[in-house]
Amino acid sequence: MSWFKKLMPSRIRTEAGAAKRSIPEGLWTKCDACGAILYRADVERNLDVCPKCDHHMRIGARRRLDVFLDAEARVEIGAELEPVDALKFRDSKKYRDRISQAQKKTGENDALVVMEGTVKGMPLVVAAFEFGFMGGSMGSVVGERFVRAVSTCLEKNIPLVCFSASGGARMQEALTSLMQMAKTSAALARLSRRGIPYISVMTDPTMGGVSASIAMLGDINIAEPNALIGFAGPRVIEQTVRETLPEGFQRSEFLLAHGALDMIVDRRDLRDRLASLFAVLTHKTSA
Amino acid sequence: MNMNFLDFEQPIAELEAKIEALRLVGDDNEINIGEEIARLEVKSRSLTTSIFSNLNAWQIAQLARHPQRPYTLDYIDRIFTDFQELHGDRSFADDPAIVCGVARLEGRSVVIIGHQKGRDTHEKVRRNFGMPRPEGYRKALRLMHMAERFRMPVLTFIDTPGAYPGVGAEERGQSEAIARNLFVMAGLKTPVICTVIGEGGSGGALAIGVGDRVLMLQYSTYAVISPEGCASILWKSAERASDAAEAMGITADRLRELELIDRVVEEPLGGAHRDVATMAQSLKAGLVDSLEALESLPLDKLLETRSQRLMGFGVFKDG
Repeated sequence: MSWFKKLMPSRIRTEAGAAKRSIPEGLWTKCDACGAILYRADVERNLDVCPKCDHHMRIGARRRLDVFLDAEARVEIGAELEPVDALKFRDSKKYRDRISQAQKKTGENDALVVMEGTVKGMPLVVAAFEFGFMGGSMGSVVGERFVRAVSTCLEKNIPLVCFSASGGARMQEALTSLMQMAKTSAALARLSRRGIPYISVMTDPTMGGVSASIAMLGDINIAEPNALIGFAGPRVIEQTVRETLPEGFQRSEFLLAHGALDMIVDRRDLRDRLASLFAVLTHKTSA
Repeated sequence: MNMNFLDFEQPIAELEAKIEALRLVGDDNEINIGEEIARLEVKSRSLTTSIFSNLNAWQIAQLARHPQRPYTLDYIDRIFTDFQELHGDRSFADDPAIVCGVARLEGRSVVIIGHQKGRDTHEKVRRNFGMPRPEGYRKALRLMHMAERFRMPVLTFIDTPGAYPGVGAEERGQSEAIARNLFVMAGLKTPVICTVIGEGGSGGALAIGVGDRVLMLQYSTYAVISPEGCASILWKSAERASDAAEAMGITADRLRELELIDRVVEEPLGGAHRDVATMAQSLKAGLVDSLEALESLPLDKLLETRSQRLMGFGVFKDG
């Protein structure tokens, strides 16, 4: 013990020791893209975008909603829905076990979180995929929550945003998962007929059945920079065409160049840009 | 007669070979072996019945992909009159993996949309093995809009391993093309009847599969991913395709039980390819029957029922 600590009253000394022991793990983090060692708090302040190279790291559904919505007046929609193993599906593991593992790991009970709230004071409904939950795969609960999000929009005449991050339909719910593509698209058709705007924000990665339903049906389609977006996975395509895929294939910038996206927006600008778009689309004075 | 027997049909193949051999003998022989042939034919039929009453999901998947299985154009020939094929998506190309056209079904005007596989190597390649590119789905979309405009019901025939996973397909927006069709079909103001006639391969199948009634031929399959694809992801080995097929429940009977499809159309003994004419007649009866039920509904009721059907998909615990 140093002479300085010896001078301190014992109570403070103990507390100082405890504080030292409780230094959180992961105080530092490394950027996957540029390899820079970053101070975790800086990264968080920067919405999980690397301060050195602007790489957009993957973030969970709760955090996504938390940084996008205004702090007040948030109401979760469809939290009471829970997945069911209707087929008694079993591969190398039981689907039931995969569900409980994913629930434990993510703290979510399925792969989509929906909240009603406001952005810069403008009421809307936001859905966000949790990629950590079985690859953000879409099964019955995801489909139903998305439909309830749309229903709230219809009921209250407010716009919809969806942040997708998903590998596609959930194999363990088999054809029922495929039908969620039809179900969610049908709900969006209803929203469209009512003239309520829907903005789809694709984040890394948005593939398969989610890309071929919810994600591509925005009145405005937006992506975060360098997100992998496509129908077939790059490995499947490589096996089919038997050639190496070009650099940047199926990335946001590639999709923008081929006309699939309206724009690529930096995560730190999303609130401003979406609020402004919705204000214009709904003939309101700027938020 | 080579029926291209599948592995599990080998006992039938052997019997049929024996019958064939006897027939050849019978031709240049005075001995009457007609009786023996008849006896073997009965035996062959009962063997077929017993094998086919006990097929597993993987065997049915093989039947659905049988090289001699009738394809969309085979049914169009036998079910419809005045068929005229219509080509192109008006913006990029014509996709031969999907055939579209107008025709008559017992006199009424209809629009037909179906996946089309090729029979010989050249045609297989030309039809891209029935795997559409975005322009195929956009051609279908164009025809759906036309059907709505001229108040013609849409009949679709599903038979694809899946949407084509290629570089060009991705560049031209495979995801958007599929999503757009789902979106439009959900609200199309005319009756839509979809029939899975062979392979219902995932999003590539669903893209022409949203409607008021979904029918499946008895030995067709419909799945979120191919059994091989599912096995290689979840079991880490494509060899386990048979397990994956069983686990996913891809067959018509199972999907009817799960209420994901509306009706199973029975196939002739041994499968559709054994008797295409009879198969076409049963399918025609199923289509006419379904269409008559839908035609009697007023448009708003039709759309409301379709919407409820779509919203009803899903199994979950609520609260």
